[in-house]
Amino acid sequence: MRSFQQRLPDLESRGIQVVAISVDTPEINRRQRQKLGYTYTFLSDPKVEVIRRYDLLHHGAGPKGTDIARPAEFLIDSNGIIRWVNLTENIAVRARPEQVLEAFELTEQPASR
Amino acid sequence: MSTTGKKSWNWSLWIGFLFALAGFLSYTFFAQFPITRDFPWANLLFFAVGGILLVLGLFRAFGKPQVYRGKIFGAILATLGILMFAFFSYVFFYVLRQVPPSTGAPRVGQKAPEFTLSNQDGKEVSLSDLVGRSKAVALIFYRGFW
Repeated sequence: MRSFQQRLPDLESRGIQVVAISVDTPEINRRQRQKLGYTYTFLSDPKVEVIRRYDLLHHGAGPKGTDIARPAEFLIDSNGIIRWVNLTENIAVRARPEQVLEAFELTEQPASR
Repeated sequence: MSTTGKKSWNWSLWIGFLFALAGFLSYTFFAQFPITRDFPWANLLFFAVGGILLVLGLFRAFGKPQVYRGKIFGAILATLGILMFAFFSYVFFYVLRQVPPSTGAPRVGQKAPEFTLSNQDGKEVSLSDLVGRSKAVALIFYRGFW
């Protein structure tokens, strides 16, 4: 999450918007954003509806055995089509902004010619 | 037993133990850097150096007991070192990998399922808004801070 904030200028200059989703409430998200200095959008899915729709549910892994999201990253183009997916198998290993930038460059090439 | 005070300090046991302790406690630091986060090279290196020094120290303590101290505390430090290494490996190579497989996640080339959720200010935001406003959206699902 921090690495995406660090590379946010590079991402935004290419027109890539960063959006994070978790079970945290808007209030927690607001506080965490302030505390950690994150400026991108944080969305709340406390009822794990979207997390479930994307099949990213980690059953019982949250506080007091609640359901949370497993880490996952998607790159979605301006038509709403998924261009790149990263589903980690290790909680400590997340996608890096460089991977997103690389995926973006690769999928942009045909369009920009 | 009366010669105990004249025996040499078995430094290799203590330094080895400190290396193992550093390997055990330093992952939160190394997690800041992708290379040492994705695979705990730095921590394993600490454990390796610690292990070599501990073994060396034990050889001294048991091989030349008249010269070096550390038969008892050496065994204790080595056991603690092994326990720390075992716990670290268990967490990193087992616990952190208990991520459920996601066979039904949307794939490349598919349309991303639409949704509307509250942002940090309580404002409703839908994926189509986000997609319409930029060239691309990097959607990051994470476990949460709770």
